[in-house]
Amino acid sequence: MKKIVFILISLMTTSWVSAAGGGGAVGEKAHTNIRSVDSLRNGAKTYMNYCMGCHSMAYQRYNRVAEDLGLTEDEMMNGLVLTDAKFSDKMVIAMTPEQSSAWFNKAVAPDLTVIAKARGVDWLFNFLINFYVDPTRPSGWNNLTFENAGMPHILWELQGIRTANFEMHTDEEGNEHKEFKGFETVQAGLLSEKEYKDLARDLVNFLDYSSEPAQLIRMAYAPWVLLFVSLFTFLAYMLKVNYFRDIH
Amino acid sequence: MGKIASSSQKNGAGFMGWLNARLPVTQFYKDHLSEYYAPKNFNFWYFFGSLALLVLVNQILTGIWLTMHYKPDAAQAFGMVEYIMRDVPWGWLIRYLHTTGASAFFIVIYFHMFRGLLYGSYKKPRELVWIFGMIIYLVLMAEAFLGYVLPWGNMSYWGAKVITQLFGAVPWIGDSLVEWVRGDYLISDATLNRFFALHVVALPLAIVALVVLHIAALHTVGSNNPEGVDIKKHKDENGKPLDGIPFHPYYTVKDIFGVGMFLLIFLFIVFVKPDMGGLFLEHDNYVPANPAVTPEHIKPVWYFTPFYAMLRAVPDMQLGALIMLLAIVVLFFLPWLDRSPVKSIRYRRWPFKVMLSLFAVTFVILGWLGMQGATELYKLMAQVLTAFYFFYFAWLFFYSRNEKYHEVPERIEDH
Repeated sequence: MKKIVFILISLMTTSWVSAAGGGGAVGEKAHTNIRSVDSLRNGAKTYMNYCMGCHSMAYQRYNRVAEDLGLTEDEMMNGLVLTDAKFSDKMVIAMTPEQSSAWFNKAVAPDLTVIAKARGVDWLFNFLINFYVDPTRPSGWNNLTFENAGMPHILWELQGIRTANFEMHTDEEGNEHKEFKGFETVQAGLLSEKEYKDLARDLVNFLDYSSEPAQLIRMAYAPWVLLFVSLFTFLAYMLKVNYFRDIH
Repeated sequence: MGKIASSSQKNGAGFMGWLNARLPVTQFYKDHLSEYYAPKNFNFWYFFGSLALLVLVNQILTGIWLTMHYKPDAAQAFGMVEYIMRDVPWGWLIRYLHTTGASAFFIVIYFHMFRGLLYGSYKKPRELVWIFGMIIYLVLMAEAFLGYVLPWGNMSYWGAKVITQLFGAVPWIGDSLVEWVRGDYLISDATLNRFFALHVVALPLAIVALVVLHIAALHTVGSNNPEGVDIKKHKDENGKPLDGIPFHPYYTVKDIFGVGMFLLIFLFIVFVKPDMGGLFLEHDNYVPANPAVTPEHIKPVWYFTPFYAMLRAVPDMQLGALIMLLAIVVLFFLPWLDRSPVKSIRYRRWPFKVMLSLFAVTFVILGWLGMQGATELYKLMAQVLTAFYFFYFAWLFFYSRNEKYHEVPERIEDH
């Protein structure tokens, strides 16, 4: 009984513990546009080339993505997909969670099908642009948005290699705080800063699409549904007024 | 021959006559619709009863279709929801109608209950109507909680863990009770299975039965109205209330307009913002259930947060659970706590108006606090507001005994 009370109280008070981490700097808005097919196609391409080595999209099918992004089976399976998967397959990677855990220091790369719903596009965008070199981490990388993230900077070749400058402060209670003072480029990437951000934006846009492919249809139907209901409501109102004319 | 003639006069001719002689369909239709006399002055607040019925039907229909594509299996449940969202034709619409419907149910019910508080609809002779309504509210909370667990997201899992742990607050048998509710030592596949059974069979049956009782009790005593005047006191020579109008066609037509207004907002949410920025569908529930990873903020869906704030406000869990339970139980006694002979707020004086407004605001702020992380300030605020929540009922009990009020008219004035 006492144990339960302890667990409950610790759950409900201030000791929020999160193994997945979170919080962190979300300084820049992603400004994605789910209606831009070009952006979604770019994002899909980046995803297949860089992310899908480790991250499945186990609830998403190749043929659905192709249909929504206006790609033919040939364009999708020969142009984008690097494995010998079938068109109707789900976007599953070959690596099992057990292998991932064994090879990557107990880290299992999460499935990213609905990650945009869980994290939000702004967080994902900031995560992708805020990597820096940190020799103290097992992967050699750290992240300003998601401190001590298990994931290395897969896109380093494109963004380049950066270090982060921090200033240490000690507050009145003797607690140390790190203040971020900016990045320093060690080695330039293949893309300019703007080009890299556009790539990250398109990738996040694709993740947003993947988290709910139906949003494209949903948004397209919305005005028509609401127009119909408005008309219905107007007629219902006229009918009501007519009926209540003789009620005083 | 004469007997047959009088029977057909009473029951009507043709097929309806045949049917009515065996089942009084026409009489039922008259009693509850075409000759059920409702006060002529229903206002905005009176839309929510029929809207609650609409949402209930929506939940049942969309729920049936969701069960066609869902498996209550801890290994598959999360994926089943995504399967519904992607591979089932129109599955996304059915699911969003159901998830938005859950929140809409509580919005409608809270408005419906507040209407009761405004116009004293719980008072004699409608005590049973109120009590059936309160039981519906209670069962609805259980139903919503069980449904929330089914997608098997991480918040489903941890929410289920915290809520089932509350049964541990029961003295002596607490621990065994928690295990019995879960069907396991932990939240597991067994828990998911029983929650599914309760969510799709047991509690919907109970809710439908209770709604029938709620309406039957209402139609026995007749509807209250914004004036709180008894329309049955003044009848014409045929025994029809002078200030009443037949429910059908007047209020069926009016309620259809209400339905239109409701659908405008409801469908806007379904089609444009189905997760309501994390309020109706929480971000953490898009992460599959994981016993090893605690979500950053464990909090229930918005409609439970006023009570959650009360639970957190009390440092002792057992006492907190008791306070939370009492907050709901006290509402059952409202018909006897409010001793004023006047029903409607329109004829009560400023102290009641001020206190009821403060009570409503308190409930809303508690709801907001229940969504925030627990800082010291918020905790203190929740404590003060929880105290006020209960103080309101105590105050009402003593104040209403000798309450001064404005004179209530005999009949409903033209409006």
